[in-house]
Amino acid sequence: MIKGEQKTIDEIEGMIADYRKILVVGCGTCVTICFVGGEKEVANLASSLRIKERVKKGDKIIEEAIVKRQCEREFIAEIAEKVRDADAVLSLACSIGAQAMAENFPDKPVLPGVNTTFLGLIEEPGKWSEVCSACGDCIIHLTGGICPVTRCAKSLFNGPCGGSADGKCEISPDVPCAWQQIYDRLAAQNRLHLMDSVFPVRNWRSFSAIGPRRIAREDLQVPKAEETT
Amino acid sequence: MKSGTNLEKVLDSGAFAVTAEVGPPKSCSASPVERKGEAIKDYTDSLNITDNQTAIVRLSSVAGCVILKRIGVDPVMQIVCRDRNRIAIQSDVLGAVALGIGNFLCLSGDHQKFGNHPTSKNVFDLDSIQLIQNLKMMRDEHKFLCGEDVSGDVPLYIGAAENPYADPFEFRVNRLAKKINAGADFIQTQAIYDMPKFEKWMKMIVDRGLHEKVHILAGIIPIKSAGMAKYMRDCVSGVSVPDEIIKRMKDAKDPKEEGANIVIEIIEKVKKIEGVHGIHIMAVGWEDSVPVIVKKAGLFPRPAKQAAVN
Repeated sequence: MIKGEQKTIDEIEGMIADYRKILVVGCGTCVTICFVGGEKEVANLASSLRIKERVKKGDKIIEEAIVKRQCEREFIAEIAEKVRDADAVLSLACSIGAQAMAENFPDKPVLPGVNTTFLGLIEEPGKWSEVCSACGDCIIHLTGGICPVTRCAKSLFNGPCGGSADGKCEISPDVPCAWQQIYDRLAAQNRLHLMDSVFPVRNWRSFSAIGPRRIAREDLQVPKAEETT
Repeated sequence: MKSGTNLEKVLDSGAFAVTAEVGPPKSCSASPVERKGEAIKDYTDSLNITDNQTAIVRLSSVAGCVILKRIGVDPVMQIVCRDRNRIAIQSDVLGAVALGIGNFLCLSGDHQKFGNHPTSKNVFDLDSIQLIQNLKMMRDEHKFLCGEDVSGDVPLYIGAAENPYADPFEFRVNRLAKKINAGADFIQTQAIYDMPKFEKWMKMIVDRGLHEKVHILAGIIPIKSAGMAKYMRDCVSGVSVPDEIIKRMKDAKDPKEEGANIVIEIIEKVKKIEGVHGIHIMAVGWEDSVPVIVKKAGLFPRPAKQAAVN
C-alpha cells in the first residue's frame, strides 16, 4: 500500500494563500486506508481551513470532493465540473493521484496536501513501515521474503554490516537489522546457504539508472485503427 | 607482488605487521596529517587515511594519502560506499594509483545519520563486498565493472574490515569468507577488547583454513579514560568492552598509562593467536600513544621500508 502523511496545516495554508476557491479532493484508495486523504480527512481538513478563514475574516471558499481512485482518468472525470469551478485543487491523494489531477486539468494549479511517504505495511494500528522501493528487480526469493534494498539502511546486498547488534540496525534501536531478519528467516527455512555466495553488483537499470521508467505492453494496447482509404 | 606496497611486503615476509590510522582535519591544511604521520611513521608499516569517518566531512582520503606519501609513509586509502557510485570510485582508484597509492580498504561506511550532514542522500551503489570484487576485477582482469578494458596495470593491495563482535556471531566468519572470495588480501578488524570472543572467532577462521588466504590485523583502540571506555561500550556500534576493563580504568591512578597497559596486554595476547598477522591501531585523536604502545609491545623497530614498485 502507498503510505502518505498529511502536510501541516500551516504549510497547506501557505500553499492556498493565493487562491480564493479551493477544491479539496480526497481519494478512496490507499490514502483512505492509511487515514490521510479519505472522505473523513477531506471533511476535517476543509472544516479546519474554513474555521481559520472565518477567524481571519477572509473570503476563501473551501469545497470538497472525493474520487474512488484519483490516479485514474475515468474516476477523475466525474468531478470535472467542480474542478473547473475552483481556482486551485488541493489534493489529498498520493503524488500519483495529485499528478493525475494535474495531467487531466493542465490549466488548474494542483497543490499537494499529502506527502507520499513510502510503500509499506501496517505493523499494528497506527504504525506503518516501508518494505518496498519499487526498484523493479525483486530478489526476495533469495532473502527470505525481506527486501534489503529497502529495509537495510545501507541497501546492502551482502549484509549484515559491522553495525548489526542484538537484532538492531546501527542507525537506531527502533530499527530492526534487515540482514539479521533475513538470516533468521533463512535459518528457519534451512536455506542459509543463500547467504554464502557473493551477491553480484546490482544493475540499476530497472530503478534509477534510466530516468523515469515506463512499461509498454502490446497485449493491452488498443490496436491502431487500420487505414481505410 | 600485487601492488608492491610496504604493507604487502611486510605481510608476505611473515613479519607481524603494525598499521595505524590518521584522521584527516576538517580543513584544507596538510600540516595535521604531516604532523601525525611524522610522529608515528617509524613505528608503523602503513597508515590508513579515513574516508569521512562517521560521515563527518574532512580532507579527502586520497589527498591525505598523498600528503603521507610525501613524507615517506605507505598509505592505505579507505573508501566508503556511502558517498560515491561505481563511476566515482573507479575514477578515484585510477587517480590514487597514479599518485602512488597502492593499499585500499573497502568499507560500507558509517550511516550519514551519525555525521554532520544527516540530511544528505546516501549512495550505496555498491556494498563493501562488491567494492572488493570491483577492485580485484580492475587489478586481475584489467576490466572496469562495465566490462571495458582498463589500459595498463592496476597494482592494488585490497583490504577489508570485519567486526567479530557484530551479530549474528555465527555468520561473521562466513561473511569474512565472502570478503576473501571477493578478493580481500588483508583484513583490519574492529577494536578487540573481549578476548575470549575474538579467540573463538579466530579459531573458527583457522578451522576453515581462512587464515592462509588472508592476513588478519587485529584492531586496537587505546583507551584514555574510564569515560572513553564507557562511551565505547555504550555508544560505538559494534564495540564490546568488558566490565573488567572499565573497572581497571576507573580505579587507575594514571588512566592514560593504564589504558596503554591494557592495550599492550591485548597485543601480547593477539600476537600468540594463530592466524593473526598484525595489529591495526586506531588511536584517532591520540596518535602520540602509538610509539609508546609499539615499543612496549616489543614491536619496534619495524622492518626497513622499501620503496613501492610503482
